[in-house]
Amino acid sequence: MDLPHQGYRATKPRARAAPSAGDSVLFDDTSSAAPGMNSQGFYTPAYNMAGPSNDMQGGTGVNNLFADPMASAAMMYGSSLANQGKDMVNKEINRFMSVNKLKYFFAVDTRYVLKKLMILMFPYTHQDWEVRYHRDTPLTPRQDVNAPDLYIPTMAFITYILLAGMALGIQKRFSPEVLGLCASTALVWIIIEVLVMLLSLYLLTVHSDLSTFDLIAYSGYKYVGMIFTVLCGLMFGSDGYYVALAWSSCALMFFIVRSLKMKILPSISSDSMGMGSNSKHQLRLYITVATAVFQPIIIYWLTSHLVR
Amino acid sequence: MAFTLYTLIQTAILCTNAIAVLHEERFLSKIGWGVDQGVGGFGDDPGVKAQILNLIRSVRTVMRVPLIIVNSACIILLLLFG
Repeated sequence: MDLPHQGYRATKPRARAAPSAGDSVLFDDTSSAAPGMNSQGFYTPAYNMAGPSNDMQGGTGVNNLFADPMASAAMMYGSSLANQGKDMVNKEINRFMSVNKLKYFFAVDTRYVLKKLMILMFPYTHQDWEVRYHRDTPLTPRQDVNAPDLYIPTMAFITYILLAGMALGIQKRFSPEVLGLCASTALVWIIIEVLVMLLSLYLLTVHSDLSTFDLIAYSGYKYVGMIFTVLCGLMFGSDGYYVALAWSSCALMFFIVRSLKMKILPSISSDSMGMGSNSKHQLRLYITVATAVFQPIIIYWLTSHLVR
Repeated sequence: MAFTLYTLIQTAILCTNAIAVLHEERFLSKIGWGVDQGVGGFGDDPGVKAQILNLIRSVRTVMRVPLIIVNSACIILLLLFG
């Protein structure tokens, strides 16, 4: 019997021995050399059937220490109660937000993250910006470097908050409330930007497959630029800050325009509908360009007070 | 400009209230944004104006009762806690 501590490495979820077809696409571990090595695997214990068996294993493992059958019975009862609560919470959450869709955005590996960060900082040599599909479903970020993900924006957001705290500490302006204020400001700006994008996409009846999470992902990519800018500002002073600001603004604008152009603007090959939609086409172009221009403004706004 | 989540909630409530007070007969029809003037072009895509009118009308219909509740709660909380 496996020791329970082996299963709780939540960093890289590995596929179970017999997963459903959709789940294996999401959670195959592509970064290890021998993919067949882990014949028994454990998901992060939240969302699947392996959860109860993990808990049971953990229960019986610890149970050996308890000679008292009452304690073991209480342990079983407690774990089953916890599972019931877990199922109820999952059901409620699933009503508001599709968890499977969220899982798609976090199915990343290190290779993807490195390539994506390079593209974010230097997008000028990247050739193919199309998001590839596989029978009508978009490919996961592991298999397609153009797919948006939510891992980089989340990590970049948290890193930005920590970096802001550090920058303020260097200038002796730190207090714990400032961290919370910084975090909520950045969050509110993301929410505003996503809402404005959604509103404008709705008003212009753009039938794209950009979901809310996609928009959150694209607007979260600016945090990578912000981190780079703040780091350069801290290391090289005010000149370094402005140079890094210019560089990351240009790179981000290019990235956003190229990525959103595929989704928002109609493909040029459809000539039949080109007649009455010239103003529509123009408006869509405006949206893309406005989104791109908004990024450097926000980067400057959120980082200038950190680098004096 | 330091935002807190409370500011965001306040902004949302104020904006929704602003949309909800646009009266159909007395105001929107007078400036040509009434219900009958919205459904102009059929075909594949309604225009921007039709979408805006649709949006205003749906927000008013959907958010009428929740806004009553939320506004009452805000009034009571502001009276109690300043």
